[in-house]
Amino acid sequence: MIILAIDTSTDAVSVAVNNSKQLLASAHVTSDRRHAELLAPMISSVCAQADISMREIDVMAVDIGPGLFTGMRVGIASAKTIAQVLDVPVVGVSSLDILARSVTTTQRVVLSTIDARRGELYWAMYRNDIGSSIEVKPPRVGSVSDCVVEIIDRGQEALIVGNGALRYRQQLSEMLETTGLSIEWASEQLAQPSAAVLALIAAELALVEQWQTATELQALYLRAPDAEINWATRVNS
Amino acid sequence: MNGSNVRRELKIDSATVVLGIETSCDETAAALVMGGNDVLSSVVASQLDVHARFGGVVPEIASRAHLEAITPVIDQAVAKSGLSFERVDAVAATVGPGLVGALLVGVAAAKSLALTLDVPFVGVNHLEAHLYAAMLDDPNVEFPMLVLLVSGGNTMLVEVRKPGVYQIVGQTRDDAAGEAFDKVARFLDLGYPGGPAIDALAKTGDAKAIDFPRAMLNDGLDVSFSGLKTAVINYVRKNSGAKTKDIVASFQRAVVDVLVAKTMRAAENLGARTVALGGGVAANSLLRSETARACEQKDFHLVLPSLAMCTDNAAMIASAGWHRLQLTGESTLDAGVYPNLGLSVANL
Ligand SMILES: [Zn+2]
Repeated sequence: MIILAIDTSTDAVSVAVNNSKQLLASAHVTSDRRHAELLAPMISSVCAQADISMREIDVMAVDIGPGLFTGMRVGIASAKTIAQVLDVPVVGVSSLDILARSVTTTQRVVLSTIDARRGELYWAMYRNDIGSSIEVKPPRVGSVSDCVVEIIDRGQEALIVGNGALRYRQQLSEMLETTGLSIEWASEQLAQPSAAVLALIAAELALVEQWQTATELQALYLRAPDAEINWATRVNS
Repeated sequence: MNGSNVRRELKIDSATVVLGIETSCDETAAALVMGGNDVLSSVVASQLDVHARFGGVVPEIASRAHLEAITPVIDQAVAKSGLSFERVDAVAATVGPGLVGALLVGVAAAKSLALTLDVPFVGVNHLEAHLYAAMLDDPNVEFPMLVLLVSGGNTMLVEVRKPGVYQIVGQTRDDAAGEAFDKVARFLDLGYPGGPAIDALAKTGDAKAIDFPRAMLNDGLDVSFSGLKTAVINYVRKNSGAKTKDIVASFQRAVVDVLVAKTMRAAENLGARTVALGGGVAANSLLRSETARACEQKDFHLVLPSLAMCTDNAAMIASAGWHRLQLTGESTLDAGVYPNLGLSVANL
């Protein structure tokens, strides 16, 4: 089973192909928001490197967010369309799940974070269980202090991963220092979700047909458009 | 499907099928067009409902709606054409002007289609596509042609000497005509979009009731609508008893008088054989009837696109793509989007 995985939810563009047993080829470029320019040529070159044609793809996999709205839509629109033309299913995985899966050897609780800008981050919590990660707190968006409250509530040694932690590391450290909880920070190299890890997760989900049609697949935004937030405030006041 | 990676040779001719995608503003559209002018299918999903309560298009909401609509819209366009994806020879998408996040959804889908089918991708200028829309309803137009392109974002007079060869000879110095309609409608609480609301209400009013200014009527080919908009607002503030239907009828009459006068002047300067309207405001009933009357007097052949071809659609994108492939060839897969693209930049 050939899986093509696409990740554009942060300022990186990441593409990988696996055959459900092993990674065949991958590429990861920090894009400075040039997702749309980079993605199609990268898909083309990763497929060539893996020595497969687009028509051999059996399953599409894509990071559905949360992350950069415009960036993630480029990946999702592409994955949907490739799946549509080839008439194959698509596996959508959250960016936070992908990050958590990149640190499966730790015994600590894993806090996956993505920078949500405006002083906020997206996060979810996971625990590891024999090589796979299990969500223990669902994804949400909030301030750094909201996030710290959840870590304290959990009361467990934590490993923090992702570009949200990178962005707000100082604030998080300062707030957590007084709690006495032991905090470990994942390597900066793991700050952005990787398509290679996404392809691995997708292979497992595809085995049990945890997939969707191109039309069904939806983005995971976690934050409403500003206009709707403002509208709700106006209507409620 | 087979595993062949060899691109079939592409000749751009009357049998070439282009799949077009349009997502520059608030319509998600896909279409299949054969030979540049034979519309096999044209599907448009409008987002009017989701933006109406905000009184205008909200970019982030538009982008989200495009992502939800893109797959079913492409599916329907292929199904209605009676063809399969395998019959598609090239994929065209709007690369500008428009909302950047909205454009990116369509361009990402179009490139993925082209890559998967192993056919050329071609980026299309949305404004250039509007020029071809007139020809889709009347493929036998004679050149030179003068096109009045009027929408919420644009008001311009374009001389078309032949496909791909054109120049802007007049444009608005401030508001687009559609913008003026929207602003006046908002001021008078007539809802969004303003054009259809004013058009309908004006039919019941007296267009001679108020003598609103016709800016630059006898002066060149450019137009200006911001003074007219201000005049309407000032009039309403000073005359609280005035009937709304008379105000909008007089306002609409002023806009149309200016547009028709400039269009006729430009067509005479050019020695046009054909005059065409394009863009959302070309759906305005008074503009259509007055342009028709003026063209009859001056003996210009008039092309009045159907309402579906006036508003944004993907058939015009596919058509423009077909012409672009013939004139300048395909675009590369690393092409970007150009939110502020002008009409002069047609060679992408
Ligand atoms: Zn338009």
